[in-house]
Amino acid sequence: MSVDVAGPLLPLVPLIMGLIGLLLPPGDGEGPRRRIAAILGVAGAAGALLLAIRLAFDPHVPPEESFWVPDDFGILTVTFGTMVDAGAAYLAIAVCLVALLVQIYSVGYLHDDARYAPYAAQISVFTAAMLVVVATDDLIWMLIGWEVMGACSYLLIGHDRRLPEAPAAAVKAFLVTRVGDVGFLLGIAILIAGAGTSWLPGVLTTDYSPGTLTAALLLILAGVAGKSAQFPLHTWLPDAMAGPTPISALIHAATMVAAGVWAVFRLYPLFEQSPVALAVLAVSAAVTILLGALAATAQDDLKRVLAWSTVSQIGYMTGALAVGSPAAALFHLLTHAAFKALLFLAAGAVIHAVGTNLLSRMGGLREHMPVTFTAFVIGLGALAGLPPLSGFWSKENVLTAAAHATEGGGPAPVWAGWLVWVAALLAVGITAWYATRLLLRAFLGTNRGHGTEWAVGFGDAHYAGADVPHDPPATMRWPLIVLSVPAALLGLAAFAPGFRTALELEDPHLGVAVALPMLLLVTGAGTAWWLWWAAPGVDPARALGRFRPLFAAGFRLDDVQHRLVVVPVRALARLVTAGDIRVVDAAVHGTGTLTSRLGGLLALAHRVGLPAAVLAVCAGALVLGLVAWWGALI
Amino acid sequence: MYHDYLDPDWSAAQVLLVALLVVPALGAIVTAVLPSARDRQARVVATVFAGLTFLLTLVVPVMRPTDFGWFAYTPLDDRPPALIPWTDVHVPWVPALGLDFHLGVDGVSYPLVALTGLLTVLCCAYTVKNVPEGGSGRALAALLLVLEVGVLGTFLALDLLLFFVFFEVVLLPMYAVIAGWGGPERRRAARKFVLYTLAGSVLLLLGVVTVLAAAGTGDLVALTGQNTLGRGTQALAFTLLLIAFAVKAPLWPLHTWLPDAHTEAPTVGSVILAGVLLKMGTYGLIRVGLGVAPDAAHAAGPVLGLLAVIAIVAGALICLRQHELKRLIAYSSVGHMGFVLLGIATFTTIGLEAALIGNVAHGLITGLLFFLVGTIKERSGTGSINQLGGLRESSPRLAGLLGFAAIASLGLPGLAGFWGEAFAVVAAVRVGGVFWTSLAVVAAIGGALTAAYFLRLLRQVTHGPATPEVRAMRPTIAGLEWFAWAPLVLLTLAVGLLPALVLSDVSLPLEGLLTGGRP
Repeated sequence: MSVDVAGPLLPLVPLIMGLIGLLLPPGDGEGPRRRIAAILGVAGAAGALLLAIRLAFDPHVPPEESFWVPDDFGILTVTFGTMVDAGAAYLAIAVCLVALLVQIYSVGYLHDDARYAPYAAQISVFTAAMLVVVATDDLIWMLIGWEVMGACSYLLIGHDRRLPEAPAAAVKAFLVTRVGDVGFLLGIAILIAGAGTSWLPGVLTTDYSPGTLTAALLLILAGVAGKSAQFPLHTWLPDAMAGPTPISALIHAATMVAAGVWAVFRLYPLFEQSPVALAVLAVSAAVTILLGALAATAQDDLKRVLAWSTVSQIGYMTGALAVGSPAAALFHLLTHAAFKALLFLAAGAVIHAVGTNLLSRMGGLREHMPVTFTAFVIGLGALAGLPPLSGFWSKENVLTAAAHATEGGGPAPVWAGWLVWVAALLAVGITAWYATRLLLRAFLGTNRGHGTEWAVGFGDAHYAGADVPHDPPATMRWPLIVLSVPAALLGLAAFAPGFRTALELEDPHLGVAVALPMLLLVTGAGTAWWLWWAAPGVDPARALGRFRPLFAAGFRLDDVQHRLVVVPVRALARLVTAGDIRVVDAAVHGTGTLTSRLGGLLALAHRVGLPAAVLAVCAGALVLGLVAWWGALI
Repeated sequence: MYHDYLDPDWSAAQVLLVALLVVPALGAIVTAVLPSARDRQARVVATVFAGLTFLLTLVVPVMRPTDFGWFAYTPLDDRPPALIPWTDVHVPWVPALGLDFHLGVDGVSYPLVALTGLLTVLCCAYTVKNVPEGGSGRALAALLLVLEVGVLGTFLALDLLLFFVFFEVVLLPMYAVIAGWGGPERRRAARKFVLYTLAGSVLLLLGVVTVLAAAGTGDLVALTGQNTLGRGTQALAFTLLLIAFAVKAPLWPLHTWLPDAHTEAPTVGSVILAGVLLKMGTYGLIRVGLGVAPDAAHAAGPVLGLLAVIAIVAGALICLRQHELKRLIAYSSVGHMGFVLLGIATFTTIGLEAALIGNVAHGLITGLLFFLVGTIKERSGTGSINQLGGLRESSPRLAGLLGFAAIASLGLPGLAGFWGEAFAVVAAVRVGGVFWTSLAVVAAIGGALTAAYFLRLLRQVTHGPATPEVRAMRPTIAGLEWFAWAPLVLLTLAVGLLPALVLSDVSLPLEGLLTGGRP
């Protein structure tokens, strides 16, 4: 199949499967109906995966002509074509692989869910939307995929009917990202207005004035912050844990949060020209890295630890972009996709087995769940950056890039390089700390579970769990095993010449610079282990002291957001509604009332007594006569 | 074969144009005179006539000339006319008044003509099964057909006085629909509707007369883009026309008749009102306002843009506080029409295209929304969103459709609502300058607020445990309901993916409108 056909087909295959799946009758379908939904979902992801692999073999430069011209907006032409270069192809493979495994995993995870069919279809549409963002060569189509993803995440996060917090979390996810998307829309509107086209290669080669460019890029960064959960628009992501765990894997690993990083990657030739935009990105990244890592230290909810770690790790990616190394960002995006998907799916297996999300009710799961335990060890090791697992290599790349930027000469300011480097380095230690704590609390020590009556929290898998936790069934186990491979080994791809040159990665080098992060890693992990070992059964997070509630609440930024945005908007809405009723509509009614009152007065005038009426008639006759006389005169 | 009976000069295309008005009129008469014992059959007959009209509207593009002969067409002063209809019918009607029967269709009016045909047939079909309380079903169906005559006439008229006549034809049937089949407060709402819009019509008449007196002709083909009127006359005429159309559209702050009318109107009345009647205002602004007074229109652009943006934000904020389903959708219409008017206010090709596609998208999506919330209100017996909840538990299909319509309405890219809103913003950014850029920013924030109130609506109505009112609802969707709704769903998707469906032939007419008067 030629690349020109495979490119457009890439998002179309899962989209069509998803749309067919949405037409399936809802409700609790037995046997065959469920199977059709599962087949459609898996087939869509698998088909897209094959196409993505095909495209990766033959990455191509953007074609001169577009595949399809759906619309001609005056002088603006919106086209649908694809631009699958090496980076896009690798990301597409990651997206499709994660989506496929999530689909397979969901068959087991949602085995008793009555609304499985629309769920599977929505995952397909979600995948298609992400693939549009990855593959398109047009800004308008990027926006389309971008926002369809937001809508799908809304539907999927709100999927669970048993969780009272799910609808609120879904609304929050959609709304917060939508607020960022206002910026995204305006940003690309400015870019399009300047370039006269929305075709990406055309936009990238346009010569914008620095002011315009910076304004547009800053607006786009608002959208990026929303989608990629960067400070200050990250607040939706931890709450989004109310969604089913496979959805968390999908959102955190390959879709949604990756889209923001990808958008910056795609527009990087423009970002390079704007030090201001890069500096803003660097500040946001540095804050996000530390904020996410610190918040992750104090969570008791297994999924929330992982959610905050995502916030922090995406910060590494935007940090790499900010210091002028898009290749390092993309590399970390790929390795993160592998190990975070693995971690979430493994977390799903744990929740499935013990019936709770809370670390304080787990412990001692290692001997009962060896496969899950191994998956967690690999995933957490990669997350912390333990050599030779994948995360080590990509994180090392980010740190090296930041260190380079501190020497100046790059597109980003020197201080931005320092900022990202220090934040990223500190976070290595913190990450090792919370990863170790998570592993120890969940899998080692004694079992703190007390049966199902304890099951509270984000329990999206309230199964009447067996008394002894066990590894999950095959449909859930195999995705873990498959994902363990890239999570462990993908970092070594940095040594593969084809991969390295395609991503324009720097040569891997293990110089003395590795020593510092390794030292921090050992310190972090060692401290956590020592705290756990010194006081058995006590959460190492107690060492955080009075900062613990602050970290656990994500620095109370939700409250800030509530005070600064939600409350004023509500007050304004009250004011405007009152104004609409009491001023605008009252004026209308007043006009009506006034008219009828005037009519009443006139009617009154017509009901006066006979003498007055005769007088009025005579006066009228006199006036008419005078007018006629005056008229005759002139 | 028609040629045997008609003036031999009449072409098939011209017969088609006249038939677009004659068929629904005939249908209305036939439906109305059928005996009351045959009420149901009468409604079927009305649906057939409406279907026939819709088929006729689908035939219209066939007569579109493949080659416009744009430059071969050389009028006296060597300037191409700004308005070239695909075909037109032009016969004198009341010469003493200067009233000509001049109909025509072009790329600007055709999508609205087709939309009107579609929504009327869907509403008539819906009426076959669901007759709201208050009157006989066949009278309602007949009124729908009369409405169609008026609306189609408005979109087809190329003569100012004729335009006014058709504009007025719509008024009384709509009054009757609200007053006859509406909710408990229907009389008050209908009175407000009719008085408010009549006041607008008076201004429209004044505007039309002003133009007629100054230009000596009411022929839109002759007037459009020719800039024949003086500056002062243009300003006066455009102000009058703008207020008249702003009432209809409606533009903030002349919108308060709309929520009352929608809340009380029966479902089909709301669909027609939101789906096509509001479009008469925005269409009139483009065709008549911009057509006859281009200079004044451009001068008024900033004011119009400012009011449009206020409408967007105010509509969205008020929606956040609404507890009545239909009232909420009505106020959302104010916001959406604000985007359409913002597009118009830029007076650029992109802006006007955004307005045209926004018109059609709003007709499709809000039509669907009113069908759905009307059904929910009828089945559950309440329109208060506080009493609704958990719709997806008991009626998953209905909840799915409501979710689709709401997400389409909040302007999700890939669905019809997106293009009009996004490109209104793009158009405002392209105009440039601090003022228009701020308008674009505020409008985009209004887009986010739109998402906020629709998500609030969905969260309240579809999520959570089912309330007793919702549990008492009939969960299934009848065949005729699918028939009425499925086309809207499909077209929302189709226009979202292929905006060219609406915009294939509007660039040239719009260029003509915008630049016709200027060499």
